[in-house]
Amino acid sequence: MTGSIADGPADFRRAAVAALADPALQQALGRNGFAQRRAQAIAALPEYPELRAAAAALKDHVLDHLDHYLERFAAAVEAAGGVVHWCDDAESAVAAVLGVARACGARTATKGKSMAGEEIGLNAALEAAGIRPIETDLGEYIIQLAHEPPSHIIAPASHKSMADVAGLFRAHHRDRPAERPLDQAEILVDEARTILRPAYGVAGLGITGANFLIAESGSAVIVTNEGNGDLTQALAPVHLVVAGIEKLVPRLEDAALLLRLLARSATGQDLTVYTTVASGPRRHADPDGPAAFHVVLIDNGRTALMGDARKAMLRCIRCGACLNHCPVYGQIGGHPYGATYGGPMGQVLTPALAGLGAARDLPQASTFCGRCAEVCPVAIPLPDLMRHWRDEIHQQALDPPRHRLALALWLWLARRPRFYRLAVRAASFGLRALARGGCLTAAPFAGGWTRGRVLPAPTGPSFFTQYRSGGNEP
Amino acid sequence: MAPRVGLLVTCLVDLFRPEVAFAAMRLVTATGATVVVPRQSCCGQPAYNNGDRMGACLIARQVVAAFEGFDHVVVPSGSCAGMVTHHYPRLFQDDAEFGPRARRLAARCFELTQYLADVAPLQPPAGPPVTVVCHESCSGLRELGIGRQARTLLARAGATVVEIAAPEPCCGFGGTFCVKFPELSAAIADRTCRSLAATGADLVVGADLGCLLNIAGRFGHLGGGPPVRHIAELLDGPPTAPPIGRS
Repeated sequence: MTGSIADGPADFRRAAVAALADPALQQALGRNGFAQRRAQAIAALPEYPELRAAAAALKDHVLDHLDHYLERFAAAVEAAGGVVHWCDDAESAVAAVLGVARACGARTATKGKSMAGEEIGLNAALEAAGIRPIETDLGEYIIQLAHEPPSHIIAPASHKSMADVAGLFRAHHRDRPAERPLDQAEILVDEARTILRPAYGVAGLGITGANFLIAESGSAVIVTNEGNGDLTQALAPVHLVVAGIEKLVPRLEDAALLLRLLARSATGQDLTVYTTVASGPRRHADPDGPAAFHVVLIDNGRTALMGDARKAMLRCIRCGACLNHCPVYGQIGGHPYGATYGGPMGQVLTPALAGLGAARDLPQASTFCGRCAEVCPVAIPLPDLMRHWRDEIHQQALDPPRHRLALALWLWLARRPRFYRLAVRAASFGLRALARGGCLTAAPFAGGWTRGRVLPAPTGPSFFTQYRSGGNEP
Repeated sequence: MAPRVGLLVTCLVDLFRPEVAFAAMRLVTATGATVVVPRQSCCGQPAYNNGDRMGACLIARQVVAAFEGFDHVVVPSGSCAGMVTHHYPRLFQDDAEFGPRARRLAARCFELTQYLADVAPLQPPAGPPVTVVCHESCSGLRELGIGRQARTLLARAGATVVEIAAPEPCCGFGGTFCVKFPELSAAIADRTCRSLAATGADLVVGADLGCLLNIAGRFGHLGGGPPVRHIAELLDGPPTAPPIGRS
């Protein structure tokens, strides 16, 4: 574990500072080019604004009628011979998965990439129960070897360099020649493929997430670039889907609308390489496919967002565009957020999932530059929702006492322009007295500023001092 | 009749760079308006962005009352203008008294370059033939949808405007973010400073003093970089004050 992996969301500031000081991480960050590729893909899609509005409206419609669509989905899954498990929290979701795994006698479980699985701590729970989870998405496989959480919701190992990956493969693939070359991406991919390929055939359980759940047909849709998800769900005797309740859409056509936005927003692809629809277990006429199909539907704090504007967060289709365009995420990667979801969407979601007390720093860690909301394909007003959490943090007095005191003092002054003017006059005088060469390198109450910046000094008495001395009366 | 324009000075200009407000007054006056500076303190962003909605409302009411009598309100800052035009109406969404008043004010409030380029077009005096790079604030870009206006005005003043290679999202200032997360703020500023310096421009200008203090502060800490000024100083004729953070 590196110093930038936070112990939890409460550890954000320390881990962020460690991330800034980690040269390997700094080199790895920002290499993926997702933002540029997204810009090209969106520029080539003239109907993007209309699609975006339609996608937001679609998700809002589903959220407004979520109980209806959940019931329809469950009925369709059951009609196809599948089983739906309703889980309020991570514990009950883990229990449901373990129940299925034990019932089918699985010793190993192959896994497609699933952030919902990360959210409920599925790998650790499977291991503790004696079931070996094998991540089959290359990025997830890499971080599983490294015993690290994902640092990005669509590129979980994006904080790792090729040399890091080669080191992990050498350490874990002991049956391979020690001197083999591992200096090209193709070689690494090929080695991972040959290691993983036999696992699909022996796994007793194949676990995937879902990008969309289709209420009409009880289907789970996944998108991948590696085809690993298809092998996971098609070759195991039992297919289990773990997904948040907000993944529902009414019909397959609605998923098609979101698919037009998802890959473009994420990686700049028109579509991912594979888009796969799984509907129930193998039917009588099917030559292959799983004998059983389970869907573990998790709430885990989601419905708590339904009561106010934060409901818009549940539109999220997990494309990662907000992470790719965030100046804060771009400096530190995903690990300092200390939670499954980093970056702007995580800053809104984590307080709901982990509790506001522990996550109180996350909604504050934004410059409110607004790029996240601008690039969001379902128009989630992420800064507004972070401000919503800030309101709650302030109301519950969860912000640090010295911040509250400073804010209260400032507010008292700002409401009394005469006193405010005197205070500014005094501050101006003090700052100018301490300045050398037009700036200050240290100042009382400004240590945070002056550690990494000089503080430009006031150029003269405050505006209102000068304005009044000119005979004006504001 | 000449329009009466209220100048919202902004708290940062009041304390750190009064020249900007005096320059803004002269520029708006040059469009034929009568400029008035009513009693004021701040637009309320520190409260609003730190979760003190009630405090933000109290200050916003003050601002509405002080400025609603003017034909126009001009603000030499994108983020403060965005606060008035974008966020005040939302703060008072359910307020029968202040809701309509805030909406009326929002419709008549303009950021300085927006006012000088779009509302009351100004031909600034020809300045020195400098090459400038313009730092656009996030509030200006995304709340007000401006950016073109500053370039138009700079070109009219005879400056050559160069652009950074890839649009940098943010300078890292972020209001109180810059003191709550100073390391992050400085690191984000670094990227912005690098891309601004890489243009080889003689001067960095912007319309938001918060961004400019952060950028000039980081340049000063690193020792180097082009001088930094508020755009009002440049449009107002040869600046008399030293660049931000210099003597």
